[in-house]
Amino acid sequence: MIRYIIRRLLQVIPVFLGTTLLVYYMVFALPGDPIAALFGDRQPPQSVIDALRNQYNLDQPFWVQYGLFLKNLFTFNLGVDFTQQPIAATLARIFPVTAMLAIEALIIQAVFGVLFGVFAGLRKGKLFDSTVLVASLVVIAVPTFVLGFVFQLVFGVQLGWAKPTVGASANWGNLILPAVVLGLVSFAYVLRLTRTSVIENMNADYVRTATAKGLSRPRVVLAHILRNSMIPVVTYLGANLGGLMGGAIVTEGIFNVPGVGNKLYQAVQRGEGPTVVAIVSVLVLVFVVANLLVDLLYAWLDPRIRYE
Amino acid sequence: MTDNSGAIPLETDTDKTAPGAKVLEVRDLSVDFGVEKKWVPAAIGLNYEVRAGEVLAIVGESGSGKSASSMALLGLLPSNSRVRGSVKLSGRELIGPDAGRIREVRGKDVAVIFQEPMTALNPVYTVGAQIVETLRLHNAISPDEAKERALHMLDLVELPDPEKAFKSYPHQLSGGQRQRAMIAQSLSCDPKLLIADEPTTALDVTVQAEILDLMRHLRNKLDSAIILITHDMGVVADLADRIAVMRRGVIVETGTAQQIFSNPQHEYTQALLAAVPHLGQGADSADVDVTAALAAATHSELESVDPEELARRERENEEALKVAAAEETKRKGEPVLELTDVAIEYPKQGRVPAFRAVEGANLVIYPGEVLGLVGESGSGKTTIGRAAVGLLPVAEGTMRVVGQDISAAKRNGKQLHRIRRDIGMVFQDPSSSLNPRLPIGESIGEPMFLAGVAKGAALQGRIEKLLDQVELPRSYRNRYPHELSGGQKQRVGIARALSLQPKLMVADEPTSALDVSVQAKVLELFQGLQRELGFACLFVTHDLAVVDVLADRICVMQRGRIVEQGTRDQILRNPQEAYTQRLLAAVPLPDPEKQRERRELRAQLLAAGIE
Repeated sequence: MIRYIIRRLLQVIPVFLGTTLLVYYMVFALPGDPIAALFGDRQPPQSVIDALRNQYNLDQPFWVQYGLFLKNLFTFNLGVDFTQQPIAATLARIFPVTAMLAIEALIIQAVFGVLFGVFAGLRKGKLFDSTVLVASLVVIAVPTFVLGFVFQLVFGVQLGWAKPTVGASANWGNLILPAVVLGLVSFAYVLRLTRTSVIENMNADYVRTATAKGLSRPRVVLAHILRNSMIPVVTYLGANLGGLMGGAIVTEGIFNVPGVGNKLYQAVQRGEGPTVVAIVSVLVLVFVVANLLVDLLYAWLDPRIRYE
Repeated sequence: MTDNSGAIPLETDTDKTAPGAKVLEVRDLSVDFGVEKKWVPAAIGLNYEVRAGEVLAIVGESGSGKSASSMALLGLLPSNSRVRGSVKLSGRELIGPDAGRIREVRGKDVAVIFQEPMTALNPVYTVGAQIVETLRLHNAISPDEAKERALHMLDLVELPDPEKAFKSYPHQLSGGQRQRAMIAQSLSCDPKLLIADEPTTALDVTVQAEILDLMRHLRNKLDSAIILITHDMGVVADLADRIAVMRRGVIVETGTAQQIFSNPQHEYTQALLAAVPHLGQGADSADVDVTAALAAATHSELESVDPEELARRERENEEALKVAAAEETKRKGEPVLELTDVAIEYPKQGRVPAFRAVEGANLVIYPGEVLGLVGESGSGKTTIGRAAVGLLPVAEGTMRVVGQDISAAKRNGKQLHRIRRDIGMVFQDPSSSLNPRLPIGESIGEPMFLAGVAKGAALQGRIEKLLDQVELPRSYRNRYPHELSGGQKQRVGIARALSLQPKLMVADEPTSALDVSVQAKVLELFQGLQRELGFACLFVTHDLAVVDVLADRICVMQRGRIVEQGTRDQILRNPQEAYTQRLLAAVPLPDPEKQRERRELRAQLLAAGIE
């Protein structure tokens, strides 16, 4: 088991190098000169431009730039961005916000998705099931930005249940509204996945055995159907956590959440290679760890799966 | 989670039913399933009763309603079903009471053993946890007491290491061990009635014989009533006291085991018994007295048979063997399949190392010969079949198929493609081996079309001829597989295998998914075609009785090695290897008298310590 975890963690190295190289190259290949864009319409003196180019290694060929980036990274010196802010400080500011948002969204979709999914599965073909299925289809079909604006308007502005925008004061309470919007789409998928899985397991032989043993219905559902049904759902949720941490550009934009999505969007627009790649590097780590956790959880849920 | 905390402790259960008392009384039991807003009957007006210490076998083919009616006793049917009539368990009515009351009965008074122990036990809990769950549900006992009791049960069902089995997950046990664990769970609350739904169908013959022994032993010990649901007449003969024969939802005949087997009244019972392949009575030549053969080979004496009578039977057997040896025709021609010191491996996949499934195999099939390759699961018999069509590489030795060296042929190379044209293959599961989106005519014609043998009208003509040969109406050409019954689908599979007029046919358990009466017809057809067309055949099966019907030669495999081979008479009349003897002795005979002899012989074989 320990060997398996170590092997999985070692896999991070090639993944990390590959992604950062790719992302660094893509930012490098973006059209336009980031330094010129920095000054807008004004034309700064050539000496200033040269100094900036030198500071960000933009006068070097691509491989040297990438090499220097890696060197800085491994010496824990992420440098400063184009507005002379330390990138490390930026990361420390944006990631907790997005993490809070992601966790809240994840909890919402996991709890409600599984709950509704189980009930829909157990009442297959009944009114509750049909209603939930249609509703989930609507949620999947409506684009996030529509949902976002509607929620903002209805719950944030008209009903005043939550702050319509988050701004600088990002805390658990303020993030509820964007978290709901963010979690809704995946909630629909979790619901459908759980429902299918429950229906499949309901007809399994061991469920009949459990009933034949004399177990009560709730006990059959909780101890025998639910645990077996969670196996595919957990896989989906784990993969989703990585996606949520990558920041929801649309949702964070609508609710003005100072998180990863917003920052990444800005950095890409400005062609700030170092910032983009720094964010992506953290994301790669998050993805790998999230996947590892899912696989471990998977083995815990299903003893037939054993890693070595 | 104890529902009836007032239950009497198990050890001092005074509520034991008196021997011979009626445990279950079923009157006018009818089961219907709602299909598309109509009630479709699954069982109609059943009447039967079971007494303590008695085994009632409910026998029937698939769709006869034997399982549905038995599940109805406990209310285990899906929600689209309707159950009417009366079921009394020791005088207490089970049909109609509220769900809570039937729950008290389930697992405590009436326990069930299901067919497939792999899927019937929850894969995510240990065997011990599942038994403890049952125990604590019906008895007010502490976890430690429950554990002790569960270990006792696991010991009772003769699991070699109860402690280990307790901590094991179902997938960590073998099929037989899983079924033992299932039985331990069922018996843990000392039920008055045990419903065993095809308890040995998923198991190998030798394991089946062990489980049947265990059930017989437990019945004598515990004095429960048992309802045995099965399609296997051999199992019935081995265990049943009384038999109810079901067909299309109706009990057509009931009687004692003796009555049903020796003097069946209803024509369906007669047909059913006639269709059962009977080891020793397969081919048209004289019947083989396998019991006598085994007794002679092991120098056993049987209590149930008079020594002189046995000696006479042994002599008869010997003479028949001599006659058969004299009649044996010389095998001639160039071998169609020839294995010389063959080892076959499942190639390494990622981190999973290569697995050697067959080692040092030697066998030869001459033109027109049917070789039955027999063995239990994991013996490597299917592996040889797959390697013969080039689906698995030969790791060592040489394998020649229709005169060409397939072991040297490149994977997916031209040579292999050419060789495959001379081989037909029939698969085990007719439903999954036909493309559900192709009309069967196209399935049959595809090999010919791909090989460029025929096209257009000529191809259609050939397809029609093949359909005639397998005795399917020509109009079936445009039907899809799901419109056909299992037996018809397997006929299509045979027609497809025959379409290129192969020199070698590889048949992998072609009839094991079929009902007995259907199996009998398909085997008859297969035999007829083989005689008519004269192809050689490698017939892979676990069922000795089926091999007995078809094979000229028999080859017995165990753990990847061929342990014994010879003509049908040599193997059945004079088995040399201990494993072959054990295998033959484990096949239950569909006749209670003969099965009693066979059982005694098997006990002696095992007692003699022959591994």
